[in-house]
Amino acid sequence: MSISHTRARRLVAATILALSVSLLPSASAYAHGVVGKRFFPATIATDDPFVADELSLPTVSSFREAGENGEPSTRTEEVSAEIAKRLTDEFGLSVGYGWQRLKTSGESDRTGWGNLELGAKYQLFTNAEHEALISLGVDAEVGGTGSRRVDADRFSTITPTVFFGKGLGDLPDSVAFLRPFAVTGLVGYGIPTQAKSSQRTTDPDTGDIDTDIERHPNVIEWGFAIEYSLPYLQANVRDVGLGSFLGRIIPLVEFAFETPTNRGESGKTKGTINPGFLWAGQQMQFGVEAIIPVNDRTGHDVGVRAQLHFFLDDIFPTTVGKPIFGK
Amino acid sequence: MRLVVPLLASGLLLGSAPSADAHAFLERAEPAVGSTVGTAPAALTLRFSEPLELAFSVVRVQDATGARVDRNDATADPTDRRALRIGLQALRPGTYKVTWRVVSVDTHVTTGDFVFHVAPP
Repeated sequence: MSISHTRARRLVAATILALSVSLLPSASAYAHGVVGKRFFPATIATDDPFVADELSLPTVSSFREAGENGEPSTRTEEVSAEIAKRLTDEFGLSVGYGWQRLKTSGESDRTGWGNLELGAKYQLFTNAEHEALISLGVDAEVGGTGSRRVDADRFSTITPTVFFGKGLGDLPDSVAFLRPFAVTGLVGYGIPTQAKSSQRTTDPDTGDIDTDIERHPNVIEWGFAIEYSLPYLQANVRDVGLGSFLGRIIPLVEFAFETPTNRGESGKTKGTINPGFLWAGQQMQFGVEAIIPVNDRTGHDVGVRAQLHFFLDDIFPTTVGKPIFGK
Repeated sequence: MRLVVPLLASGLLLGSAPSADAHAFLERAEPAVGSTVGTAPAALTLRFSEPLELAFSVVRVQDATGARVDRNDATADPTDRRALRIGLQALRPGTYKVTWRVVSVDTHVTTGDFVFHVAPP
């Protein structure tokens, strides 16, 4: 285990501990995903626009990605966790980390930790009447904090991002059954701290030394989720008799894309379409989605992703579930 | 094994959580959300997912003209702190809008509205 890897794990542990003991009282204006009448669930494939006290533990996924430049495809299995903590009602931080197993045909499985993921988000605009919100954030994948065995980047990537959410609860009565629809989404611009990296390899037969140069383009990260809230239907449009269990299901489709913009990769979009459902309880949420590649560049097989997600503001409403600095 | 650890941690999180309350979401209404009733109801009952702070909770029922038709006498069900009951004036056939804003015992605020219809005799 590398020194940077150990430091990263200690940093995560220290951060989670610090967040967990943040007991300063404050007001709670916008808790997890509630705007006006609308409860927006925490989406899985794309980050939602909310600043909240929440814990995703675990998120598990399995997906075979297409190989690049004629290389064989690789299945990545990942188990990850992320905690988000409000500092104020509108501003919060997040820390995420994940363990990976990479399976490539003809090679031994490789396992290790991915890079540490840090995030900051500010909920800029919230309109309860129109169930709308806009947030600004920046995410950082911290290079060198993961394992080389799983190809964790040695460089960092900084991604400023705009998030949005809109419920359709303000539609007229004539289309009341469309009111449970909502959309959330994001547009970010990933900027690597290195434009390229090189790796020297020695041919075992000839002894020749080759230098492989990998270019790291800037990437537009964009995606959105379309959801139909059965809880919203039951409580605000029409009770169709789903009951307290089925009535908590939110079917959704998430779309997640990456489009490089330079360094020879411009326009080579990769992405997935992720249909699934979320079940939102009082203190936790469970979700499962298929991962469907949108093109050959992304992959050929359908994967799966599932998540257990905790609403810390509901589990610990007087302690860690409150912003550290309230209004 | 790698999956067992986070799942155990998740279980511990829920198991160690205090007896917490959460956001109060509407689970059931009588008359039901969006329903049409043949007989004018004498009262409206709302049942939520969490116990409520009645003093900070508001329910209004209005007719199609916006006139308030409830009796402004919301009371909690003595056997169920998740339920609110409010009396209604004699309702004529028509559409009525229910607007609610409730505070759960952990101070989370939730809001909502819906309509129900009283059918002509």
